[in-house]
Amino acid sequence: MTRIIKLFPKGFFTSNETLVAVVIIAFCAIATLSDPLFFSVTTVSDLLRASIVLGIFAIGAMLVLVSGGIDVSFTAVAVSAMYMTTVFSLGFWPDMPWYLIFTISIFLGACLGAINGVLIALFGLPTLIVTLGTLSVFRGFLLTFVGSERISALPPEMRGFSRMVIARGTTEGGSFYSLPWAVAALVFVVVLTWFILQKTVLGRSIFAIGGSLESARRVGINVRAVQFFVYVYVGALAGLAGIIHASMGRMADPFSLVGLELSVIAAVVLGGARLIGGYGTLTGTLLGVALIILVQNSLIVVGIPSTWQSVTIGMLILVGTGIPAYQAKRAAAKAA
Amino acid sequence: MASANPHAFIDMKGITKRYAGVTALDGVDFSVNAGEAVCLVGENGSGKSTLIKILSGVEQPTDGEIFINGEQRFNLDPRASSAAGVMVIFQDFSLFPNLSVAENIAFSTQLSKQNTLFKKRNARDLARSVLQRIGVDIPLDTRVESLPVAHKQLVAICRALACEARLIIMDEPTTALTELEVHSLLEIIRRLKQDGVAVVFVSHKLAEVLEVSEKVFILRNGKNVVEGPATDFDAASLTRHMTGRDLPQVTVSAISETSQTLLHVKDLTKAGVFEDINFELRAGEILGITGLLGSGRTPLAKALFGLTKPDSGRITMDAKVIPLGDPLASATARIGYVPEDRLTEGLFLTQSIIRNVAVGRLTAHERYGFLNMKSLNAEADIWLNRLKVKAPDIEAPVQSLSGGNQQRVALARWLARAPRVLVLNGPSVGVDVGSKADIHNIIRELAASGIGVIVISDDLPELLATCHRILVMRNGKITDEIKGASISEEELAHRLAS
Ligand SMILES: Nc1ncnc2c1ncn2[C@@H]1O[C@H](COP(=O)(O)OP(=O)(O)OP(=O)(O)O)[C@@H](O)[C@H]1O
Ligand SMILES: [Mg+2]
Repeated sequence: MTRIIKLFPKGFFTSNETLVAVVIIAFCAIATLSDPLFFSVTTVSDLLRASIVLGIFAIGAMLVLVSGGIDVSFTAVAVSAMYMTTVFSLGFWPDMPWYLIFTISIFLGACLGAINGVLIALFGLPTLIVTLGTLSVFRGFLLTFVGSERISALPPEMRGFSRMVIARGTTEGGSFYSLPWAVAALVFVVVLTWFILQKTVLGRSIFAIGGSLESARRVGINVRAVQFFVYVYVGALAGLAGIIHASMGRMADPFSLVGLELSVIAAVVLGGARLIGGYGTLTGTLLGVALIILVQNSLIVVGIPSTWQSVTIGMLILVGTGIPAYQAKRAAAKAA
Repeated sequence: MASANPHAFIDMKGITKRYAGVTALDGVDFSVNAGEAVCLVGENGSGKSTLIKILSGVEQPTDGEIFINGEQRFNLDPRASSAAGVMVIFQDFSLFPNLSVAENIAFSTQLSKQNTLFKKRNARDLARSVLQRIGVDIPLDTRVESLPVAHKQLVAICRALACEARLIIMDEPTTALTELEVHSLLEIIRRLKQDGVAVVFVSHKLAEVLEVSEKVFILRNGKNVVEGPATDFDAASLTRHMTGRDLPQVTVSAISETSQTLLHVKDLTKAGVFEDINFELRAGEILGITGLLGSGRTPLAKALFGLTKPDSGRITMDAKVIPLGDPLASATARIGYVPEDRLTEGLFLTQSIIRNVAVGRLTAHERYGFLNMKSLNAEADIWLNRLKVKAPDIEAPVQSLSGGNQQRVALARWLARAPRVLVLNGPSVGVDVGSKADIHNIIRELAASGIGVIVISDDLPELLATCHRILVMRNGKITDEIKGASISEEELAHRLAS
């Protein structure tokens, strides 16, 4: 037994990742027991589809938490970038290719993120206050000056994007499944972010700043530039998530997305990122997203009424972040 | 004035630094030649760290000129200064708690090479070779936050050594280290000098100062007072220049014959850390515990206050058993503990000085759920005065104090709690010689008033000046017990090492 334990890295059994993974497996096991159809290609593809937008958001939110800040404005950035891009495309070039539409949305998202970046990195304002402010400002600006109507007649290329699938088919049971190309966007974001965080000096500087701002300044990290990058990058990710959301839902709805911030941050925190900064992993974040998506979509399968959704998520956060924190504390007391 | 000394690597002229209301430096001249070891000494708050921060570009001077390699530099920032080869080991270490040992050591190097990609393999190789160079073994992948203080300090030292430095500045690099590591550090300084690297060394341990340096700079109240070759000074004259007074030699007075046993520790054991610890502490007695790093003295101290839980054994106070591993119970029994790592733990840095002291005394000044702020503040004030905390204003945040003064604030907090048994882990780490004598006086006074004091330290003169009895620990066991007054420093050092 001890030999098996030694195969795993130290801290494996007390980390958030493990805990969340165990909960996910348990959840799936129970769900399969109560409904044998649960564990199927259809469910997996449905859940994957649902986690694209939340996943991209969560990766952005994780990055900000690692850098020692918090961003609650990304949903407003996403909805603004997405809606403005749609309106622009419909007005000037309805047949614009989808990759150009995506590029514009990403660019707009990055610009809005840069506003956060200037306020935070240049003027040194507290991140929560700035992003709470821009959350309302961006959304208010959108609804007042750009438009408040739901647009379902999207540019044809956007609708086309939602029909691009990697695989589709019907199971033996007769239920339909499809795996959209949008999943590739999530994969791309994961790989890119992993590369930045693990392989570049910029990425390690993000961790360093989150660990100790003053120390980062003293070793000569350009703290402002790094912070600015973080908010621009998160803005760009939000722009991407927004346009994917509209394309997949086949509607540009200026009232959508906002309100999702807390679920996203919940997913990230479940995955082990800490609000004090300096800690967070991609694996943890993705597991956190998976758990939240499971709870949001499949709670009913294990016999919990869906009205209990937010209670369940709340309990998961308390237990999921509480147990590792408690264990860490005990380990520290023991080791000292 | 504009022409610099052609031989100097660093030449600072007329440096003045004012913080709101405080003049930390006032027209200081400071120069370092290539390959020279320079010592910067002065009392707490005399401006040593400020001078270093200015040289390393962390702070900008209000006035004055800086020449590096004969070239005048304006608006120096940390990157420019490290590019010029100036590396600093900061008093508070300035490490990244969330990153691994290897990354902490290699971070500056990777930054200064202007790499885009982080070369993890290189980082590990570099870290390993630097650790080898100073002869310590710290696992490369551990997060710095989980290291003991001494190792944190060693990591900070390694980070500076990892870069191709032309000048390494060490702001009190040895506060957490014991003899052994200090020796290897001094050895490294000698080797660096041979390689043409200059070293600026800040320390309150005057013996070290004189051992390594060629030139001594003394600051007092933000001004140069004396500078000259190290051979011109001895410990006594350094003290006189720093403090402006001579310090008398003092010894402890005897404990009264009738005093009762306060604390009784029996068979205290924690597997792999310490075992079979037995001792008694009488009212009015000062008991020293010493030993090398890893001898178990700090875990024992923590166990006495319930911060670690021993596997077996018993602690009794006035014949009442205190539950093990329960700091709250220990505090209720009026045991006080002043931790070793006061600078990085235990203080609320952004809060005011007075609040930091008063925080432990809230319940004592509470009536019907309300706080009596006046008596609370008055009491805190008394302790701040007794410890001579040098601050412009007791409402100022603790982080604006010099390192040594922060130490005193932490001490004041614990003393204000009026404990019956006080465990002091490194009571005078990082304070200057003058205040060290003051703190020793306070310890003796506390004991004279009937408190039992346990002093954990590896500063032998300190132990001899304060303790009635000294316990020596090795590998988790008490191996020797020495009567304080009966032994000389050399003998004690010998018995510690053998
Ligand atoms: N950020 C700040 N704001 C206000 N005053 C400050 C600040 N930093 C330092 N000071 C003041 O400047 C003076 C010099 O402090 P400094 O840290 O240079 O002392 P030091 O010589 O390093 O002392 P120590 O031996 O205790 O470390 C002190 O009186 C301190 O209170
Ligand atoms: Mg200092």
